[in-house]
Amino acid sequence: MKLAILTDIHANREALTAVLEDQAARGCDAIAVLGDIVGYGPDPAWCVDRVRRLVAEGAICVKGNHDAAACGPGAPMNPTARKAIDWTRTQLDAAQLEFLAHLPMTADLGDVMLVHASAEAPADWIYITSELKAVGAFRATRARVILVGHVHVPLLVSAEMSGTVREQKARSGLPVPLLRSRRWLAVVGSVGQPRDRNPAAGYAVYDSAANELTFRKVPYDCAATARKVRAAGLPESLALRLLSGD
Amino acid sequence: MKRPETGMEIDGFTLGEKIHQGGFATIWEVTHALYRTPLVMKVPTILDGYDGPTIVGFEVEQMIMPRLSGPHVPRVLGTGDFAVMPYIVTERIPGGSLLQRFKSAPLPLSELVEMAARLAAAVHALHLQHVAHLDLKPDNVMQRETGEMVLIDFGLSRHDQLPDLLAEEFTIPMGTYPYIAPEQFLKSREDPRSDIFALGAMIYEAATGHAPFGVPEKLKAVRRRLWRDPVPPRALRPDLPEWLQEIILRALEVDPARRYQSAAQLAWDLTHPAAVTLTARGRKVAPDGFLTVLKRRWAARRITGFPPPKSLAHQIDRAPILLVALDLSPEGEPLHDPLMLWVKRMLTLQPDARIAVVNVIRTAVLGLDLGTDDTGNSVHVSRLVRLKSWAAGLDLSEAQLTFSVLESSDPAQAVIDHAAAIHADHVLMGARGSGQARRYLGSVSSKVVAQAPCSVTVIRVGAAVETAPQQPAVAEA
Repeated sequence: MKLAILTDIHANREALTAVLEDQAARGCDAIAVLGDIVGYGPDPAWCVDRVRRLVAEGAICVKGNHDAAACGPGAPMNPTARKAIDWTRTQLDAAQLEFLAHLPMTADLGDVMLVHASAEAPADWIYITSELKAVGAFRATRARVILVGHVHVPLLVSAEMSGTVREQKARSGLPVPLLRSRRWLAVVGSVGQPRDRNPAAGYAVYDSAANELTFRKVPYDCAATARKVRAAGLPESLALRLLSGD
Repeated sequence: MKRPETGMEIDGFTLGEKIHQGGFATIWEVTHALYRTPLVMKVPTILDGYDGPTIVGFEVEQMIMPRLSGPHVPRVLGTGDFAVMPYIVTERIPGGSLLQRFKSAPLPLSELVEMAARLAAAVHALHLQHVAHLDLKPDNVMQRETGEMVLIDFGLSRHDQLPDLLAEEFTIPMGTYPYIAPEQFLKSREDPRSDIFALGAMIYEAATGHAPFGVPEKLKAVRRRLWRDPVPPRALRPDLPEWLQEIILRALEVDPARRYQSAAQLAWDLTHPAAVTLTARGRKVAPDGFLTVLKRRWAARRITGFPPPKSLAHQIDRAPILLVALDLSPEGEPLHDPLMLWVKRMLTLQPDARIAVVNVIRTAVLGLDLGTDDTGNSVHVSRLVRLKSWAAGLDLSEAQLTFSVLESSDPAQAVIDHAAAIHADHVLMGARGSGQARRYLGSVSSKVVAQAPCSVTVIRVGAAVETAPQQPAVAEA
């Protein structure tokens, strides 16, 4: 199986379209969405519909904190994110909100675990920003490969047999063999609001036969999305962030 | 976790006799129903409980070896999971390692140079695949019956495009003390030029019978090579030519920036002794004096490392070898100036490049070819003279240029083979015109473009573009 892992789409239609094209061109035969379909971006309805169609075709999707906030009280958020979520709610119909509300928190694919934030307490939306923050996730599950999003900056961490957890440098576009002698956790970069100083849309490919993971970046027309953010009256900082990728 | 034993079956492999017991691994003869070539299995000796360094070293091998290809590495046919029994199965390279041959050092000169050039070729082939070996020593090199050197044991290696599992694993420098480069002592794990240093140490040892820095037993003694230069090889073996000492000592320079910048350039010098520029390094007959060494030792206090290259690929690319195929026939002459212009442009971008200028004498497929022309001059010599006269316009030092006149009934094949032999990174050649015959019968340049083992740039003379015949304008009614 060649699994395309998309996360943090954040209502960015242009980025989602570009990533879906790229994964298809690379022969991916399965898709997982790690949550945060909405929030921040200008096209929540379109993106929810697109992901719903993917799920109908067999894709897996788990819930992110913005998805939870769009259809319920949700966890506390910074003012910008809150403004965007309040606007998002006005853009979604009942069926779309229903879809978000019923997304599962985690999903299991054999030895692979999918969760938006961290495996130890999925609803606490913990940010795995370093190897230290990954220790809890490794303790919470026995899965060999843990795939998460939420942070918007890609990170690869391995846990050795001895239990030592270390970051492993992975360059975008180059496959990393996920040695079976270790366990691995990958924070996949964001499709719709990258923060790794590269505005191109991020995602990852997990090839289960070759046992390799590849972080990928796909350029898209972020200026068009930024224009839509402004036209929708969303905070200017959200438009600027798309252009700088920071 | 299972332990290997004769008769054991795992993933279709059947273990035969144990053929080697090393410190960290055992090597077994194995067979498999699907493979007819002789195979060996390497199994790490993992101590009970946690054995970090052995495990990580073996993980590195399992990660890197299956990605390598070509005659200079053993072909991998299977790897085993740590959950059952970790192993790597490769083809069996007959014979032992170079260790045996090093025992009879000093080696005869011709054997020494051939071995050194083959070693450098193997290391270059590895570097081209983004891997620095970082533990080169006679024990880790085998030789195929066809002559190619095969590098083994990648437990300390570094793949430029993969995570470095060893990066934080050890607090002490890794490598084998007699061959370890100064920057490795300072804990660098990203410089392919560390392999050039190890090559230099091996050639020195094969040439003299002594390791250039002795055989230190304690890590502290390794530090000395930051300031203490080895005894010049010619002091130990006076019949060694100066050019070879120059090559060895250049490979052993303390600062990686002063060594050969690629193994291909080292191989180049070994195979073109006349092109080696002799410096004081090649001529010295004794180690540097007390005061010089003392000064270096003082300066070494401050050295904490040497700047590593941006990447392995970038490092190899910095010192490319360009092959310029020059057509000396009258039809080829209009291309001489444009070719010169392009070579100069390349040199502006890559001033460290080496240029190999080549001309091919086309010989008849059958029958005798006379090496002399009608007036009795050697064709070979006259071609060389003309190549040199063309290259004079480049204004390069002898060390950066070589000239070869090849003979072949198939000039394209000769250029392709020569490019492979000198590890060329780029071929520059002209294409004569674009006539109909050439289009259908194929030209020398098109064959080189299709089959050369590297990039090829074909230069054309601008005016030679043929335009399609004009369609007669349709008369308007």
